[in-house]
Order: sequence, then structure tokens, then C-alpha cells
Amino acid sequence: MQALYAQLLVGLINGSFYALLSLGLAVIFGMLNIINFAHGALYMMGAFCAYFLLNVAGIGYWPALIIAPIAVGIFGMILERTMLQWLSGLDHLYGLLLTFGLALIVQGVFQNYFGSSGLPYAIPDELKGGMNLGFMFLPIYRGWVVIFSLVICLLTWYLIERTRLGAYLRAATENPTLVRAFGINVPRMITLTYGLGVGLAALAGVLSAPINQVRPLMGADLIIVVFAVVVIGGMGSIMGSIITGFALGVIEGLTKYFYPEASNTVVFVLMVLVLLVKPSGLTGRAA
Amino acid sequence: MLNSGVALAVNNVVKEKNAVMINTGAATSDLTNAQCSPNTIHWVYDTYMLANSTGQALVKAGGDTWYFVTADYAFGHALERDTAAVVVKSGGKVIGTVRHPLNSSDFSSFLLQAQASKAKIIGMANAGGDTTNTIKQASEFGIVAGGQKLAGLLLFINDVHALGLKVAQGLNFTETFYWDLNDGTRAFSKRFSERMKNKAMPSMVQAGVYSGLIHYFKTIDAMGGNPHDGAKVVAKMKEAPTDDPLFGKGTIRADGRKLHPAYLFEVKKPSESKGPWDYYKLVGTTPADQAFRPLSESACPLVKK
Repeated sequence: MQALYAQLLVGLINGSFYALLSLGLAVIFGMLNIINFAHGALYMMGAFCAYFLLNVAGIGYWPALIIAPIAVGIFGMILERTMLQWLSGLDHLYGLLLTFGLALIVQGVFQNYFGSSGLPYAIPDELKGGMNLGFMFLPIYRGWVVIFSLVICLLTWYLIERTRLGAYLRAATENPTLVRAFGINVPRMITLTYGLGVGLAALAGVLSAPINQVRPLMGADLIIVVFAVVVIGGMGSIMGSIITGFALGVIEGLTKYFYPEASNTVVFVLMVLVLLVKPSGLTGRAA
Repeated sequence: MLNSGVALAVNNVVKEKNAVMINTGAATSDLTNAQCSPNTIHWVYDTYMLANSTGQALVKAGGDTWYFVTADYAFGHALERDTAAVVVKSGGKVIGTVRHPLNSSDFSSFLLQAQASKAKIIGMANAGGDTTNTIKQASEFGIVAGGQKLAGLLLFINDVHALGLKVAQGLNFTETFYWDLNDGTRAFSKRFSERMKNKAMPSMVQAGVYSGLIHYFKTIDAMGGNPHDGAKVVAKMKEAPTDDPLFGKGTIRADGRKLHPAYLFEVKKPSESKGPWDYYKLVGTTPADQAFRPLSESACPLVKK
């Protein structure tokens, strides 16, 4: 039984990353209608950004938690301005191909310069060590990841679903022309939203740098699972992607305990089941 | 070819097309055992040799109960099988195994299971990113501090570089090449590193590619040109002794196994390291004739008994 508690907690930790990443994807899809395949590459850039800040400029983990998402977010906004914005109104396939191509280019460039093996990034001193919970030894850093990402997820949800700015955004997706008529700069809002989604990915990257290796392909390995999370939760649903992210982390954790060989596939099996029963995802609006 | 599953498949194609395969990256010892081929030479290392050297040393040092964290594919299975055999033969016991999918990023679940097993040694029958993540996360979850010891069954110098000495210090594992072994390896590694963007030192796999090709070209030269007959070239390569500054003098056996010594290394403490890439201490050497699977145990049909 003790082992089971430990596995549940470990699942929540992984779920935090799924939630943060799928949240960014959901925001981007919900507001821009773009299937952002570059998300994994941007997540990786967040981790690399933290690595550079530390090793080149001597800036530690805490400032990196703010600087990296902003820096990568700006990079994302440039992408949106120069490329993605021309795809609005076209079939999803174009956005998918463009972002997938961008992801391959970014990952290729990083691989060329840093090789495919990982670079070390130490856990900040304040979060080193662990505590004995009785049923398991919980590294403090992992506990921090769960709490911090939960807070960020809820803040994002609040921003989009409960504030005036969020209301503008949602209105702009429904009917951009009408919102423009009220004097609101819709293209700028869309650029900022993309920046926000990308910033969330970069934030997840910084959070994961001390746990996983900082590697050019760290995002490529994760992004497929995260897409499955988004599909299960319902494309574009903010709360759906948060809850599904955490839930799938836990389900995956339990699979690792009961039948470890299937832990890589369980998410996709679930995706198939959900799509068969409810094609718009668990919380998605019907198309 | 770094993947054993791929190597075994290519092994068949190469035989069918009568080409030459000099394998340096994949580890499964099946390449020179049951699945050996007249067209294949296995150069740098294999699962039998890794298991033999590292496994024996650790059991002798008191690590007599083992729990395996194994990558769930041909290589992991072979490494686990070969190591478990050595552990049992040396008087140890295997108390459990967990198999994880290839290229996992999270090992916490598997490590908690290994921790609960109370085994003295946690044998990592995996490679690359899987191994470095296992080591890193084991230190996070206080596994080494709790008294269990990690055994890296296959680690490369790039992995140690990625982990940093702080996390990797004290790990024991086996390699057949290290850049700082002698003048020959240092000279080659210096030339290699100068050409690398990140100034990395060569791993044993990269050194093996160089060494294997040198022997191949020497053989082609001696044959007076390429006869485009893979089996013939490989047969000739087996006849001639190998000699290069990287692995020293060696031979290739009838089953396709290239023989050279195996070195047991220990990763230095950060205070012992004198500069970049100064990572290993040599703690033991197994001579070439004892490092690999003896022909008497071979299931390879090419071996005449």
C-alpha cells in the first residue's frame, strides 16, 4: 500500500509537466486555432535558456524562472508575427506542417551545437534534499514542481476564463471582426496569446532542467504524450487540459507499478478509447 | 548503430547481401554468439564482457543481492541476462527486475520499486539518456545515500560528462577505451577533440569506428583492392592481427569477436579531476583473452569444436 502512495505522488509530479505543456497547447489552439507542434522545441529552448543564463551570465534558477519564459515567449511572438499569422483561416494542416518543420529546424540546430547527450543543471540550493513522508522519500524539488505548476495552471485558467482580458480574447476567437469594431487590436492580442502559450512551455522547460537532462530532444520525446493529453482533455479546453494532465500523470504512474512495460503506451490506449466514445474529448465542445 | 535490435536485423541483411558489418555501437553479445555471421565483426564491447567485468568486481566487493532496472528491448534483455548469470556464478542473488520502455525520461517509479526491494546493488541494464537519468534521479530520491549502490553496466564518457562529476563520482563501470590511457590514445583524442565543436573527447564507440576502419582498409590494401565479397574480406580481417594506437594489438576470433583488454574504471571525485574530461581512475584490467565469452561456451556455428 505504501508503494502505491509513492507511485501516486510520482505520477502527480509527471502530471505537472503534462498539465503545464498541454495548457500552453490548449491556449494556443483555443485562441489561435493553431496546432503548435513546435511546443516541444520551445520547451527545450526554455531549459537551454536556463542553462545559458547560469553558465554564461551566472544567473541562477530563480531569475531564470522569469527570464527564460519571457525570452522564449518573445522568440515565439516573432515566429507568430513573421510566419504563423499568415496561416490564419487556412486548414489546420498548414499550421501543423509549419510548426513541425520549425521544431525540426530548432532541434537540429541545437543538436548540431550541443550533441544529443544531456547537459547538467543543478537543483537550486534552497530546494535541495528531501523529506521523509513515511511512505516515501520526497525530493523537495519535486514537491515544489507540483505546487508551482498547479498555481501557474490555475492562474492561467483564471486569466482566460474570469478576467476582462480573457473575455476579449475569447470574443476575438469567436468573431475577430466584431471585436475589432470595438477598437481592440486583435492581431496584437493574438501575438501576445501565442507568446503566453510559448512562455508556459519555456517555464515547464526551466522546471524540468534540474530533473531531466537539458537535451535538444527532450521536448520531442514529451510532445507526443502531451498531444495525447490535449486530445483526451478536449482540444482548446483550458480546465480540461489541466485536469487531464495531472490525471494522466497518475494513471501512467500506476501503470509503471502494475505493468511497467506498458507505461509508454497507456496514454495512447486511453486516447483511442476516449476518441471512440467521445470524439471531442472529455471536456471538449462538439465541433 | 547504437541499437541492438537494429544491429541484429542489419546483421541478417548484411549476410544476405554479402557485405561487411563492423559493429561498434550495439552491445548485444548475440552478434557473435547464436546469431554470429561470416560477414560481421563485433568491435568495441558486448554485453557479456560488460557483465563479466563489472558484475564480478561488484559481487566480489560484497554486492551480493541485485535488482535490475532494465531497458525493455534486445540490448537491455541481453545485458540483464548476461549480468545475472555472472552474479549468480559469483555467488550473488538476483531478487527482482523492472523493465522500462526505451528512452524514458522519468525513472522515479522504477527506482522506488528498486529501493523497496532492499537489494544491495541496483544494476542499470540500460544505456545513454536512460542511464544518466536513472543515476540522476537515484541521487535525488536518496537511494545511494540510503546505502544501495548503483551499477552502471554500460556508461560512456559522454554520459559522465552529462551527469557532472558531483553526481557521477564513485560509479564503477567497464570500457575498452579511455582517452587518457596512453600516448597513443591521447594523441588521437587530442586530434579528435580539436575537430569537435564542443571539444568533446572520443567515446569508446567513436574510437572503435576509427580502429575498425583502419583494420578494414589495411586488409583491403593487402588484398590489392576491394573484391566486393563481404565474407572474403571479413575472413581476411580475421586472419590478420589488429594493431592501432587506440586499442593496441589485438585479434579477431572465428566468431567475429574482436579481442582487446577491458578496463574497470571508477569516476573521480570533483577534487581529483585536474581538468575538463579528466574523469576516470583505472581500477582493474581484464586481459583480452579473459574479457569476452570463451569460445568453449559459444553457440556460434562458425566456431569449430
